[in-house]
Amino acid sequence: MENIRCQPSSLTRPDGSATFYEGDTTVVAAVYGPTEVKLSKEQIDKATVEVTFKPKQGLPGCAEKAKESMIRSTCESALLCMLHPRTAVNIVLQEMQDSGSLLSCCINAACQALMNAGVSMRFVVAAVSCVLDSEDQIVLFPELKQEQDAKAKMTFVFASNSNNVVLATSSGIISPKLFQKCLITSQEAGTKTFELYRDWLSKQN
Amino acid sequence: MAAQFKRIQLDAYYSKYLQRGRRPDGRALDAFRKTILNVGSIRTADGSALVRLGNTTVVCGVKAELAAPRPDAPTKGYVVPNVELPAMCGPDFRPGPPAELAQVTSQLMLDVVRHSGCVSEERLCVADGELVWVLYCDVVCLAYDGNLADACVVALLAALTNTRLPAVTLDDETKRERVDADVRVPLDVLSYPVATSFAVVDERVLLADPNAEEESLATAVVTVVTLESGQLCIVHKPGGSPIALEEMERCIELSLARAKQIRQLEKETRLSLER
Repeated sequence: MENIRCQPSSLTRPDGSATFYEGDTTVVAAVYGPTEVKLSKEQIDKATVEVTFKPKQGLPGCAEKAKESMIRSTCESALLCMLHPRTAVNIVLQEMQDSGSLLSCCINAACQALMNAGVSMRFVVAAVSCVLDSEDQIVLFPELKQEQDAKAKMTFVFASNSNNVVLATSSGIISPKLFQKCLITSQEAGTKTFELYRDWLSKQN
Repeated sequence: MAAQFKRIQLDAYYSKYLQRGRRPDGRALDAFRKTILNVGSIRTADGSALVRLGNTTVVCGVKAELAAPRPDAPTKGYVVPNVELPAMCGPDFRPGPPAELAQVTSQLMLDVVRHSGCVSEERLCVADGELVWVLYCDVVCLAYDGNLADACVVALLAALTNTRLPAVTLDDETKRERVDADVRVPLDVLSYPVATSFAVVDERVLLADPNAEEESLATAVVTVVTLESGQLCIVHKPGGSPIALEEMERCIELSLARAKQIRQLEKETRLSLER
């Protein structure tokens, strides 16, 4: 938890931006919105959330699309989209460095950028990365080597109002009991992350 | 009267049913649609399967090709799954580049193959560093009525179990492969992952095996892939409205029960084919 840092307003042009660090993993998020939306994507009752994830190298492929889809669904449930019908909220994420726990870093960066932009949210989210290593030990916010050697990799996102699970992805063979244990451990880490958010906000003001 | 109400206010129409613990199509909240499985119907493919999950119809064909291995894995073959949602499968799909749902489902299939260990990549190797089997698994949706992930995973695993590879030998002197198409060896499928999906409607109610209508109302979708050992392979809740930890536990329990049914179905289908 000591390695989690955030630099809000790191960019000058977007409505909101944040650079989020989880250890060496760095992601820069920029938020433009609520802003004009393309007619084909317009929704009459709520804002359309669009996420673009740019990997550090190479062209975006299927894996990047899947990441964008997950981040979009998370932000859609967190934002009060009904307050801004027929608009768009654009979130752009740039991977600066991937040393493990990339998805959780992206989601946390997106959340911080949305808060920085002042877009109304139902709740804020905290993403926690978790792996089960070869000795069945739970490791939170793993580094790249720990992630590659792990038996199972998980990312969980929790909502600040209810502590319920907004996002859960797990890959790798794991027993349901151990999975529940990882979920509960991650939930506790999520609660600590929310306290960190409050600390940062109070320091800013 | 009911038809107009359904058209104008689908969510209120559904609420009235869900309050009584039933869905408009008559199913209980944790009930699955009728599943039909048919294997080996495509003669030109090395393995094939057709799955009907309610009205969702999906066909998977496996083509095995010989190729040079990837430079970073010289002793492993590989599996390339691809999901297609052609324009004929439903009114929401247009011809053109793959829809997001197709790409996301393709990625899910790749994760299932990779993490379940259902096909041993080492066993797909013919000659280290020179020749490996590549299994192209094309899953085409013929009719879309919700729950694409479950149907695709059943079709993929059934097609892989049905796959028979021709015997290959690599001539050491000429370095050319000799394929004997008449001798067929069944592909070794080491584990049988099964996917089960749930939709969260109204931010509280969990519906198993959602159809297209229920998916349009869903505020979140959860997919759980389980193995015969009772262990989890993949848990996938890509955002959406938050659910409590107990709900997550319930999804896992229902998935394990459902997976047993699907494996039983696959076994019966395979045995009836051999008879």
